[in-house]
Amino acid sequence: MTNEEKYLSIFKESFDVDEATARTLKYQDIPAWDSVGHMSLIAALEDAFDIMMDTDDIIDFSSFEKGKEILAKNYDIEF
Amino acid sequence: MIWELEKFHDRTAILDEFGGAVTYGELAAEGERIVSAAGGRCLVFCLCTNTIGSVAGYVSFLNGGVVPVLLNAHLERSLLEELLAAYEPKYLWVPAEMADGFAGMESVYRVYGYSLLRTGYPTEYPLFPELGLLLTTSGSTGSPKFVRQSYANILANARSIVQYLELDETERPITTLPMNYTYGLSIINSHLLVGATLLVTDKGLMQREFWQFFREQGATSFGGVPYTYEMLERLRFFRMDLPSLRTMTQAGGKLTPELHKKFAEYAGSKGKKFVVMYGQCEATARMGYLPADKAVERCGSMGIPIPGGTFRLVDADGGTVTEPHVTGELVYEGPNVTLGYAESGEDLIKGDERHGVLETGDMAQFDEDGYYYIVGRKKRFLKIYGNRVNLDEVDRLIKGHFEGLDCASAGVDDHLYLFVTDGSLADEVKDFIVVKTGLNQAAFKVIVIDEIPKNDAGKTLYKDLAKYYE
Repeated sequence: MTNEEKYLSIFKESFDVDEATARTLKYQDIPAWDSVGHMSLIAALEDAFDIMMDTDDIIDFSSFEKGKEILAKNYDIEF
Repeated sequence: MIWELEKFHDRTAILDEFGGAVTYGELAAEGERIVSAAGGRCLVFCLCTNTIGSVAGYVSFLNGGVVPVLLNAHLERSLLEELLAAYEPKYLWVPAEMADGFAGMESVYRVYGYSLLRTGYPTEYPLFPELGLLLTTSGSTGSPKFVRQSYANILANARSIVQYLELDETERPITTLPMNYTYGLSIINSHLLVGATLLVTDKGLMQREFWQFFREQGATSFGGVPYTYEMLERLRFFRMDLPSLRTMTQAGGKLTPELHKKFAEYAGSKGKKFVVMYGQCEATARMGYLPADKAVERCGSMGIPIPGGTFRLVDADGGTVTEPHVTGELVYEGPNVTLGYAESGEDLIKGDERHGVLETGDMAQFDEDGYYYIVGRKKRFLKIYGNRVNLDEVDRLIKGHFEGLDCASAGVDDHLYLFVTDGSLADEVKDFIVVKTGLNQAAFKVIVIDEIPKNDAGKTLYKDLAKYYE
């Protein structure tokens, strides 16, 4: 599985949404992505990519797109 | 009157993240206008947010003899409609942008982004003179069961909290819990008593704006349910530099002993206080607390009774437990034990049904030195992210909506399992209960089984379900 696929599937599973929805998703767009959902998402991403994210990156992680940028820039994950 | 607002006339009572500020003097003056617009004592449903308008309305109503019912502004609409029908309040206090959603209700006053809407219901139920406030027991399943709190209850509990947390006017608590939730409200109630400044925000721990506001305004304390502390750990909280922070409180369920220890040790090493507390809406808010200097030593304990209260344990035969490490139901006595419940408007005239004694439904033990430990629950409910969720009520909601479906719910705190016999309805059942409770879907899991285990009398054997999730 590519990183892109892994990333996408974590979004789909964490929030129970389809691909099209996942790709444009922003924090609090849907009830599932609240603070609880955010924590599950971060936990799943950390497990999948074997990383430990910093506080700043966790609280800046405000959308599907922004999350990819953060992972690419600060954790050397290539998409 | 609960608060002597004029005593702190020039001090700031509430600050929000957008630069909004209200002094105690302004709060007092605005309060008179709000209450006069409502025409004196009556029932008002407040759709709460952590904003200046929401808090100012609540404070004005309570201080002015108007009885508020505090509900989450995001409560599902059909559940709200049921509550409105059961209680027929004279007014709604709602965020101004929501006012248009209530057709036929006239806005009679508007301030701080909130509107007072006259409902026009024909009935006005009489209110018991000492009745001050109504709160929901679950906060989420929209049960029409409200807890009736008196003015004396609210004042007594707020004073106890001020005493044991040693609050003064230099405190600046930041909101991390909804104000319609009894624990969140107790923070507001106690701090306004001493002239402190409330920092209100609807932003959460997982948002940059929250921490910006926290740092810019020098927050001194916050409260959290167990889930809050799990999130803080995940956020690498122990590495954050928060010089203004003095106190962290925890309630709304039992923290794991590991997490209790971590936060207690962190607080101890940084010169901050970590205070584990115990309470229920039926006791206004707080009943017990573990003094900060005992947080490490008595890890896992919820502490001792708050000032003015007493605990005792009652065993299965109704006798009082006198030996340490013996389990009994925790019974609390104190001036903050609420009047009782209401299930509809007719109950609002009812007087004090508890007479200062509350059987908590929690099973507990005490140690040799009198520190109490919660070990279980008598009733079938879970705490999901700090919200009490009654499992029987969940079953009723599902059975009511899905005709002919056999189901049973069970689980552990923060994890609710919905057992159903018809797999084709699994997704629908989950979606339904997520919408009804307004809680994150991560807490719910549907398990399909051949049949719900029952005894000969047809009673569900919930214990037999435990093997599926333990």
